[in-house]
Amino acid sequence: MTWDWSAVGDFMPRFWDGVLVTLQALVLGSLIAFALGLVWALAQRSTLRVVRWPVTAVTEFIRNTPLLVQLFFLYFVLPEWNITFSALTTGIVGLGLHYSTYTAEVYRAGIDGVPEGQWEACTALSLPRTRVWGAVILPQAIRRVVPALGNYVIAMLKDSPMIATIGALELLGQARQFSAVTFQPTEPITVIGVAFILIAYPASLLMRALERRLVR
Amino acid sequence: MSAETPNTPGTTTNEAGNPAVDGSELIKFDNVTKRFGSNVVLDNLCFDVASGKHVTLIGPSGSGKTTILRLLMTLVKPDEGTIKVAGDYLTHEDRGGKLVPASERYSREVRKNIGMVFQQFNLFPNMKVLRNITEAPVHVLGLQKDEAEQRARELLELVGLTEHIDKYPSQLSGGQQQRVAIARALAMRPQVLLLDEVTSALDPELVAGVLDVLRDIAHTTDITMLCVTHEMNFARDISDDVLMFDAGRVIESGAPEKIFSDPEHERTREFLSAVL
Repeated sequence: MTWDWSAVGDFMPRFWDGVLVTLQALVLGSLIAFALGLVWALAQRSTLRVVRWPVTAVTEFIRNTPLLVQLFFLYFVLPEWNITFSALTTGIVGLGLHYSTYTAEVYRAGIDGVPEGQWEACTALSLPRTRVWGAVILPQAIRRVVPALGNYVIAMLKDSPMIATIGALELLGQARQFSAVTFQPTEPITVIGVAFILIAYPASLLMRALERRLVR
Repeated sequence: MSAETPNTPGTTTNEAGNPAVDGSELIKFDNVTKRFGSNVVLDNLCFDVASGKHVTLIGPSGSGKTTILRLLMTLVKPDEGTIKVAGDYLTHEDRGGKLVPASERYSREVRKNIGMVFQQFNLFPNMKVLRNITEAPVHVLGLQKDEAEQRARELLELVGLTEHIDKYPSQLSGGQQQRVAIARALAMRPQVLLLDEVTSALDPELVAGVLDVLRDIAHTTDITMLCVTHEMNFARDISDDVLMFDAGRVIESGAPEKIFSDPEHERTREFLSAVL
């Protein structure tokens, strides 16, 4: 096996396209996971059983089935009902939806971790529900779960190559396409492997820094 | 009840335990029973507190004193009986002559008349001192921000913490936090202030500062106070009435001079000799 630097050079244009798609999937997927997870977490604390019960069922279902199956379902089965999205959009929604069921648990733990006295103080001041959640409980809850949320972003980064299987050309997709044409898998696959480290490792350092700052 | 009740710190009452208000029943417990599991914490309790009075609840721990404050703050609900505050039912609603459990919205309205200071302060750690105090006046009473901030500044002066206005609670000592909590409760201008063992979590050298502030408030305002405390000297200083609790019942009540110097009940004597 020989290492061919010119193949690396040839791969670069595709590589940058792939980086862009991977980062897009990661950023948008994370935003969906953060927002939707919060919705799930709040819905699971609803006093209404008709809200709590279906949400619990759906999130348990999503958390306990493979991401790959969900991606295939979204991309190949939904079109049967005339619901069609591009591969990238499907990939982003799939990643975001899947990880939202994990972030929901993270938020839940954060909310449970806010001391009972904070709720009591809200009651004593007659604060309306929107302020109780928006100004008192969630700011404290989210602060203490930022590191845990960050870990899921990194996990999502590492799961993002799965969207290549439905044809979204992120890093792995680009590398495979390149090697299919050139019959040189070594260079592109190695390059994207290094690229994942270069994204993930600083990200985890950032998380640790955030953790030191936020969790006291 | 208007949110702008005239309990401004600064309105004076005489100090002989004879407040310059109408003296009507502000709080009324009527046959209130509260159980936790099989443990009867309050047993058919009846008592009332006249407007402007300072009432101290004493008794051994587990005798139900704190539960009374928590019932008034609707942090726990009575199993039987009713509680009225300023003539309105607290945990029930009168719907066409029938008493039904109160809606959250109704309770919140009645509750606006009541402020509470907790043993553990319970300040909001994510807000600076100023916003801890203005949060409720702005979002519950609908005060303008600058009006609420003005009120907060006056209260911080009252509790002697003006220079800490821009700090977070975690940057303050326990005694300072508790004084902020007192200012926060007063900012709502409640008719009733509930004080739940407010010095019990403090280091001994910080207790006096908090009690001084409360003495000041007791002597210079006509706010009604219900106080659970183990600080008997403080209780003697500020109270119009002392209620001695044991096993969920009031076993003795009266003026502090009487209760502390010449208690009638054997249990009261035992309790006082243990704590004094």
